[in-house]
Amino acid sequence: MTNSLRSAATIATLLLSTSLALAQEVNLYTAREPALIKPVLDAFTKDTGIKVNVVFATNGLEERIQAEGANSPADLLLTVDVSKLAQAAEMGITQKLGSPALDAAVPAAYRDAGGQWYAATLRARVVYASKDRVKQETITYEELADPKWRGKVCIRDGQNPYNTALFAHMIARVGADKAETWLKGLRANLAKKPSGGDRDVAKDIASGQCDIGIANTYYFGLMSKGAPEQKAWTDAVKIILPAFAGGGTHVNVSGFAMAKNAPNPAQARRLAEWLVSDTAQSLYARQNYEHPVRSGIALDPVVTAFGELKPDPTPLAEIARNRKAASDMVDKVGFNAGPGT
Amino acid sequence: MTASSLRSPALSPHTSGKILNAWDRGTLLVAVLMLVPLLAILGLALGAGDGGLLDHLARHVLAGAIAETLVLATGVLGLALVIGIGTGWLVATYRFPGRTILAWTLILPFAIPTYISAYAYVELLDFFGPVQSAFRALFSLRLRSEYRFPEVRSLGGAIIVTALVLYPYIYIASRAAFTVQGASLMDAARGLGCSRLEAMRRVVLPAILPLLAAGATLVLLETLNDIGASQYLGVNTLTVAIYTTWLGKGNIGGAAQIALLTLSVVLGLLWLERWLRNNRRYTLSSRAYRPVTPPRLMGWKGLGACCLVALPVILGFVLPVSVLVRAGWRQLLLEGFKPELLLALRNTITVAALATAVILALAVLLALAKRFTRHDATRAAVGISGFGYAVPGTVLVIGLLPALGLFDRLLNDAVIGLGGSRVGLVLSGSIIAIVLAYTIRFLAIGLDQADSGLSALSRNTDFAAYTLGCPEPRLAWRILAPAIRPVMAGAAVLVFVDCLKELPATLLLRPLNFETLATHLYGHASRGSFEDGAIAALLIVAAGLLPLILMNRMMEAR
Repeated sequence: MTNSLRSAATIATLLLSTSLALAQEVNLYTAREPALIKPVLDAFTKDTGIKVNVVFATNGLEERIQAEGANSPADLLLTVDVSKLAQAAEMGITQKLGSPALDAAVPAAYRDAGGQWYAATLRARVVYASKDRVKQETITYEELADPKWRGKVCIRDGQNPYNTALFAHMIARVGADKAETWLKGLRANLAKKPSGGDRDVAKDIASGQCDIGIANTYYFGLMSKGAPEQKAWTDAVKIILPAFAGGGTHVNVSGFAMAKNAPNPAQARRLAEWLVSDTAQSLYARQNYEHPVRSGIALDPVVTAFGELKPDPTPLAEIARNRKAASDMVDKVGFNAGPGT
Repeated sequence: MTASSLRSPALSPHTSGKILNAWDRGTLLVAVLMLVPLLAILGLALGAGDGGLLDHLARHVLAGAIAETLVLATGVLGLALVIGIGTGWLVATYRFPGRTILAWTLILPFAIPTYISAYAYVELLDFFGPVQSAFRALFSLRLRSEYRFPEVRSLGGAIIVTALVLYPYIYIASRAAFTVQGASLMDAARGLGCSRLEAMRRVVLPAILPLLAAGATLVLLETLNDIGASQYLGVNTLTVAIYTTWLGKGNIGGAAQIALLTLSVVLGLLWLERWLRNNRRYTLSSRAYRPVTPPRLMGWKGLGACCLVALPVILGFVLPVSVLVRAGWRQLLLEGFKPELLLALRNTITVAALATAVILALAVLLALAKRFTRHDATRAAVGISGFGYAVPGTVLVIGLLPALGLFDRLLNDAVIGLGGSRVGLVLSGSIIAIVLAYTIRFLAIGLDQADSGLSALSRNTDFAAYTLGCPEPRLAWRILAPAIRPVMAGAAVLVFVDCLKELPATLLLRPLNFETLATHLYGHASRGSFEDGAIAALLIVAAGLLPLILMNRMMEAR
């Protein structure tokens, strides 16, 4: 009797595991570039046997998930920028991941209070400065508007999410009025009309068009390990981790959320947990020179050389809330028109 | 001028109403289908309300954005016209050293995506590029602040880079026009005592310009819907404002409102084009008198012509491609050839070929419907079928997504209602969706070509056919379609190459694990490391080369 029961149970387990094995797939909608996440995903598949199907687009994935509705194959949404994560939750296209492992791994400051999204990596927006022409080793974001930098600052398009997040952070810290005065000062200090990308900030400093610029840390890492001429750009540049007056450095995040109608929720949860595992976190840190969201992960020497990152304590959600105001402020001060107007 | 005939007054064509009606109804149906994303955008715009956005934009954004857009658009168009007409005229009416090769290489810049060309130019001309480096070495300079050099990342830079990619639209049309009509018009005017220059200014150009209207419209529309190059080069156009409003302010309704504003500018342009075309007093002969051999330019004149014509090829194609080749070669040495690129190449060609076939078939049918119809509604429907081209790709897709989703939802409900099980997504995230999006985006190109091809054929042909009792389908199939085949072959190449390059719709609509060359390239470019996508970029160019060369063969044979 017990034997037959046991064999029945074994058969049931076998059946169940076969059907599970058949469904060992997870569909990832990602705004992170394929080449960047491939090593992490390959390691995940190797470790768990779960195949990851990927579609990559920088913008519009949220709208796609929304339009696909109940039939959507999306399991996990991987994206950059806290505003996007917050907006995905607001659009109602996400669901609670409900994983104690995630709650334990990701510090409360870097996840949604309702458990809708979690950060995977931190991306600090810092100051690139000329080794030759800038002597100081510390700087505040506020100081960037100081007239002593008149005609010396380079930055990309003011409406780029990296920039609006920083400006939104400034609004969160000092209020809209002071932030606007600051942004006007920053605009007046620009060496030229905002354009290009973060890599161009390093190039413009190396060429002597500006002395300092604002860019994300990992571009420096990528360039310093890139082609020889790219190394020449970074050789002329040093990284200063700036801080808000009386605060810390502005960081944004890359992160993930589970799609509301995920057909493979269990696999999505496993992938989410994997993304904050030791292996994935150190892969991320080495692959793209970002800061892992978890402490205690070994960093790449390039990243260690920047100095210890002390993120500002302003909650990410508050930065996300000020995003629209920041974007309006960029328009209002005519930031993208450049310094001369 | 031989056999040029005055446009006949509208004789009411004797024809069976039934066929016409089918044609009319089909046309209206296609127009509605093509309008779906635009209607969705309209819905978004109306549903958004205002919330102070328009006031904010009007005060801080629109004036600047409209000004930069206008300067960019007129600059690009002007430069493209100068290059396109100049080269088209030289190639069509003279023989000079290198003409045979230059005649087809002039089309090649079209195969390069604009944002890739922008990147290549920044690579070439910025501080660390070969040009400035050589300049510094020559004059022992060290820093950028020690000398003056034009900035590529600027409005001027954007105008030049974009015009160098888009002038082939004009070149193709002007070369054909000069080949067919230029020589005879010139001879006639010279015979009447005009100087060469006077003949050009007073007779040839006024006759040729309306024939370029279609190409010019395409240049303008592509300039307007560009986002990659504009953003990278720091030009704040209306299209950039659409993106900023959507992504920066999280206000998709507001973005839709600006998109509609842009669209109204486009409507104005299309109206202008039609006016130009309809204002033409003559139907030019398609059987032109042509000197047996074009005159040969000798000595320094020949050399000068060769250099002038070579310039856009060098600037628009050789230089950007050399940047890509260098980057691609380095990547090959570093990582070898990635086999997944071959798969991406196959996907790219498959989708582009499918879309091209659909677009050409629709374009010819619609243009015929417009020619035969007695209903203004049909003519209007044909006109608006091409609107999709004016909308920035991503915005178009944002409009298309809900429609695809709705179709799939209804389908699933219906299947489940009939006792079946859920079929999942059929249109959303499928190749069909991509082909549909390409069709909506690029139908305008096929339509413009078919329309201008057909309107170059005198309606007298139709009337003669009617008199002989030939029904419209037969007239269309036996006489009109063969006559516009060369034009449509050209349209096929333009559409195909545009599909090869297409990024935003492919990116956002594609199935899981489906990679095309453009999406592969973008995967690298969006990280700032364009150079890692160089091989994919070169493959796009290579895939576009063969059809472009074939098209040239046909133009030569004509």
